[in-house]
Amino acid sequence: MMRRFRTYHELPHETESGILEQVLVQRARLERRLEGVRTVAAVVSGKGGVGKSALTANLAAALALRGARVGALDADLNGPSLGRMLAAARTPLAEDEYGVRPATGAFGVRVMSMDLILAADAPLRWKGPTADSFIWRGSAETGALREFLSDVAWGNLEWLLIDLPPGTDRIERLLDLIPRPDIVLLIATPSEIARFVVGKSARLLRESGVPRVAIVANMTAYVDDLGVTHQLFSAGSVDLLAEETGLPVWGRIPFEPALATLTDAGKPIVSVHPETLASRAISALADRLEHAATESP
Amino acid sequence: MKFLCLRCDAVMSLAERQLPGDGTLAAVFTCEACGHEIAMLTNPMETQLVSSLGVKIGGRTVPPQPMELTRSGLDGAREDVFETVDRVDPVRLEWDAQAVERLARVPSFVRGMVKRIYADYARERGIGVITVAVMDRARSELGLEGM
Repeated sequence: MMRRFRTYHELPHETESGILEQVLVQRARLERRLEGVRTVAAVVSGKGGVGKSALTANLAAALALRGARVGALDADLNGPSLGRMLAAARTPLAEDEYGVRPATGAFGVRVMSMDLILAADAPLRWKGPTADSFIWRGSAETGALREFLSDVAWGNLEWLLIDLPPGTDRIERLLDLIPRPDIVLLIATPSEIARFVVGKSARLLRESGVPRVAIVANMTAYVDDLGVTHQLFSAGSVDLLAEETGLPVWGRIPFEPALATLTDAGKPIVSVHPETLASRAISALADRLEHAATESP
Repeated sequence: MKFLCLRCDAVMSLAERQLPGDGTLAAVFTCEACGHEIAMLTNPMETQLVSSLGVKIGGRTVPPQPMELTRSGLDGAREDVFETVDRVDPVRLEWDAQAVERLARVPSFVRGMVKRIYADYARERGIGVITVAVMDRARSELGLEGM
């Protein structure tokens, strides 16, 4: 006769591995750290190459220029760029037992990025057995993201913007750590492929119960040096995405060469050329965010 | 994770934890009813999986340090990335010359964290001067292999 075991939860004793207790301590630490943050806004897509980081950097600068205390967390551990886009100096990060102080970037934006920690040409690599490293690498990366959130002394902020790398799994990882971010901006370019991929992220977010998700259409058109606007990609695909997902569109940002070159140089276009179409569109998005932060979802 | 003594139908208690080398984690569990002992040995990948969660089997011996997982696990970090800010210490600690020399050999990436752990260890035990012997004792008692 087959022996019948009791289940884990049927056993009366608390586990002595202490793992669950430590995970709960980690979670409490993260919650305590975010108590000083009024609004957590995640910038996500699911799709790569849609301009999430450049938009995050410019949005952070736009909000900071209005006097808000802004933090920018680069959750793209493997391809970090936010530190450079916000001109955060790679000087030593001060630390004490309460946390690591973030670097200060353009307009006082507090920045944390793997780029500030890694040597200049070093890829993200972890110590440990190389065989079958895929088994634990995801846990290590999630752990590092958790530490970026909970162990950085962010201080009191009006905004903490989190720039996520592509992949719907990265959205799930963030939601494991912050189940209900105040705002999620879903970045899409007006293309059928983007509509297809970003639609999956929209579904994931809807099923996760995130209260406020909005689409931002990026690279909606190309504005040349003479200020003439040219259509890019498939017109109407972002509106179709909005219709299919039931999500509002909060912004439509045109592409300008200066946006890319200035952002790469650590000079957000909203500060250097506030009069451009792209800057005005980002500023309007910042208006929409500020409005959202003060209304209930 | 629980270990059940089938003879006594009792949950076994964690008695000892060691990192004997080669990436192995050894955890000894004892049945308090009959005294039976077993040792669980993990392979390097399993050990890494646990440590990549930022947890320690059997609980922690020192409080979590800021960005501990990132600092201890990352390969290729800048040497000068962290700069420890010493707070005013109510119990003044001294480090003798050999202890200072040994601390200087710790990679700068984790040196501030390691220094704080030794300092807390000494302070909690009323030790005024940190020596190499104190550091050895702390390593052994706190399970700080590799620090």
